[in-house]
Amino acid sequence: MSDRFRLCPTTGLKVHAQADALIKANAVVATVALLIGGVTAVLVMLTRWQAIHLLPADWFYRLLTVHGMNMLIFFILFFEMAVLYFASAVLLNSRVAAPKMAWSAFVLMVAGTGLVEWTMFTGRADVLFTSYVPLRAHPAFYLGVILFAVGALVVVSIFFATLVVAKREKTYQGSVPLVTFGAATAAIIAVITLGHGAAIYIPTFLWSLNLMHVDAQVYRLVWWGLGHSSQQINVAAMVSVWYLLGGLTVGAVVLNEKISRSAFVLYVLFISMASAHHLLVDPGMGAAWKVWNTSYAMYLAVLASMVHGFTVPAGMELGQRLRGYTKGLFEWLRKAPWGDPGFSALVFSVIIFGFVGGITGVTFGTEQINIIAHNTLRIPGHFHATVVGGTALAFMGVTYYVIPLIFRKRIAFWPLARIQPYLFAGGMLVFSVAMTFAGTFGVPRRHWDISFQQAPFEVQYAPAVDLVIGVMAVGGLVAALGGGIYILVTVWSVFFGQPMEKGARA
Amino acid sequence: MHTGLESPTGVWWKPAHRTEKLWVAIAFGWCMVLFAMMPLWHWKGGQNPTGIRHRVTAEAFAQRTQEFIDTYQVGEEAGIPVVEPPAGSDIYLVGAMWSWRPVLRLRQGVQYTLHLSSVDVNHGFNLYPINVNFQVVPGYDYGLRVTPTAAGEFQIVCNEFCGIGHHLMVGKVIVLPAEQTAAVTGGAP
Ligand code: HEM
Ligand SMILES: [Cu+2]
Ligand SMILES: [Cu+2]
Repeated sequence: MSDRFRLCPTTGLKVHAQADALIKANAVVATVALLIGGVTAVLVMLTRWQAIHLLPADWFYRLLTVHGMNMLIFFILFFEMAVLYFASAVLLNSRVAAPKMAWSAFVLMVAGTGLVEWTMFTGRADVLFTSYVPLRAHPAFYLGVILFAVGALVVVSIFFATLVVAKREKTYQGSVPLVTFGAATAAIIAVITLGHGAAIYIPTFLWSLNLMHVDAQVYRLVWWGLGHSSQQINVAAMVSVWYLLGGLTVGAVVLNEKISRSAFVLYVLFISMASAHHLLVDPGMGAAWKVWNTSYAMYLAVLASMVHGFTVPAGMELGQRLRGYTKGLFEWLRKAPWGDPGFSALVFSVIIFGFVGGITGVTFGTEQINIIAHNTLRIPGHFHATVVGGTALAFMGVTYYVIPLIFRKRIAFWPLARIQPYLFAGGMLVFSVAMTFAGTFGVPRRHWDISFQQAPFEVQYAPAVDLVIGVMAVGGLVAALGGGIYILVTVWSVFFGQPMEKGARA
Repeated sequence: MHTGLESPTGVWWKPAHRTEKLWVAIAFGWCMVLFAMMPLWHWKGGQNPTGIRHRVTAEAFAQRTQEFIDTYQVGEEAGIPVVEPPAGSDIYLVGAMWSWRPVLRLRQGVQYTLHLSSVDVNHGFNLYPINVNFQVVPGYDYGLRVTPTAAGEFQIVCNEFCGIGHHLMVGKVIVLPAEQTAAVTGGAP
């Protein structure tokens, strides 16, 4: 591979061979993580469904750890690395700043992932993805996380370096596109996040070697500085993908660059403090600290999402109207490409993220509601709407464009691909709403047996809980089917698919 | 007009359209309402998660709880001591892999100061069936002023993963009805 470029026949963008290869490599690893996460999702789901109660207790907690790490960390972040290369090198017609370093970072991330997978699957890290100290995992688990994070930090630096290279080599005119701008905010938040990550995982690694002490409350404080801001990376990356998909599917226009970009900046400014909402019922912090940190920071980040929640659909409407769908109020929507999985994924992602994930999230951020929601199923109910129904679905949607554009393959099994977002979004919607509902009965999250067979005292949830969890299981299985189709379609297209016509070499 | 994939040229810092401005104003106004509600809820609301906070070592807390048990024990259930502390006193509940000790027998309508802590890893205090939740963190004594408002039996479910026996970790609180209470003090919910 060299510094060759090819011209993309669909978009007219100049694509650097290294960018091509890096995007492919990261996307492939992300898909493997998604597969592991998906299989474990089904096993975990079938265990929480007490009617089936599939796994024994040790494997339930073990595979729940595997599910959380592979989905939330490995799938999402490897995909985001691909998004960063795309938003910098591809959208700006530029070369990747330091390809050799980029490949070392990739190797480092894969090595870290390998270490973590090994410790998890061999039962050396049954600590769930939060790994709250003093619950102990094998040192290799923490080391793996550190290697992964260092690799990610290098990729983020290469992203910024590529922006500089593109500017200097004048590969584009004017300002960077909005999608690149959004990705840049995600990258800045990633730096903040990885800073917290280093601040907590390095001491914890040393603690696991008995070299130092880590306070349990301080761990929760700093860990959520990492855990919460990493969710904001996902949000910023997802919103960038919304703008990207809007442009690709219906020629959505940017209504006003000033408003959209300022909203992205709000994400950067008001993130890390907002992590306080994870600690609302913790003993270590006082009321003033909790109230101040949760509200001032959180609501202004919420403001940003509310702004995007308006500008993205409005831009899509305008794009459609410019294409001539101007009759009445809703012709633009009726005549939208509902059979394009990129489009349907975008629409459902906006809706599920905003209406289910956003609203539940904001309410949990108040002391009074947090006290009845903390560590119940309402919490995973909420984040399966944000990061799964929102982020993961948007990422799935954009893959249907990445495959022809970057892998230069036609999408295989097109009829399946068309219904995939409907299955995934529909299933996830039912799943997360039912999960949230089960949580309102006080049903705990991360729990192997809510019939409490072997517990010293009897606990019997309202009979409705059985029903609600049954509904949740059905929703989850439909979503998992949608996820399975996604993997089938993408893997088949990439490895056995029909090639697109060769793009002309520039 | 351009999409988010294209580089805007020239000056893009332009006034926004009326509808867009209106939406930003509404959203901002709403955020400010929420912002104000947060302290208001704290001030007006009846159940705040913040209590008296102290650091405590696991040994010290275990010892305090043991003294508490020795002083007020009235029986035993499922191998766990049952205690009946006097009205208004400081009461102790310790989480340890994988049990809550002791079983508390309290009086309806009487205020107590509940001290929660763990001697090993994080645990979660979830009161069934009312659904009230607190994080129980080792090294910290979480002091909460509580007044049982209903009589009956309540269970404490651990809702923070604490190892392989997590799902076995259930404790108990018994609240005796107010009529059996000699002097009912206060009783605000
Ligand atoms: C295919 C659809 C999926 C299904 C059916 C599913 C199902 C589940 C279930 C049943 C739980 C256990 C909840 C508990 O007992 O506390 C869970 C936890 C979790 N899921 Fe998913 N999930 C899916 C996809 C995803 C995706 C795509 C992500 C991330 C991007 C994700 C992230 C998580 C996380 C972070 C947890 C929490 C683990 C923990 O509490 O330690 N899930 N999921
Ligand atoms: Cu516990
Ligand atoms: Cu537990």
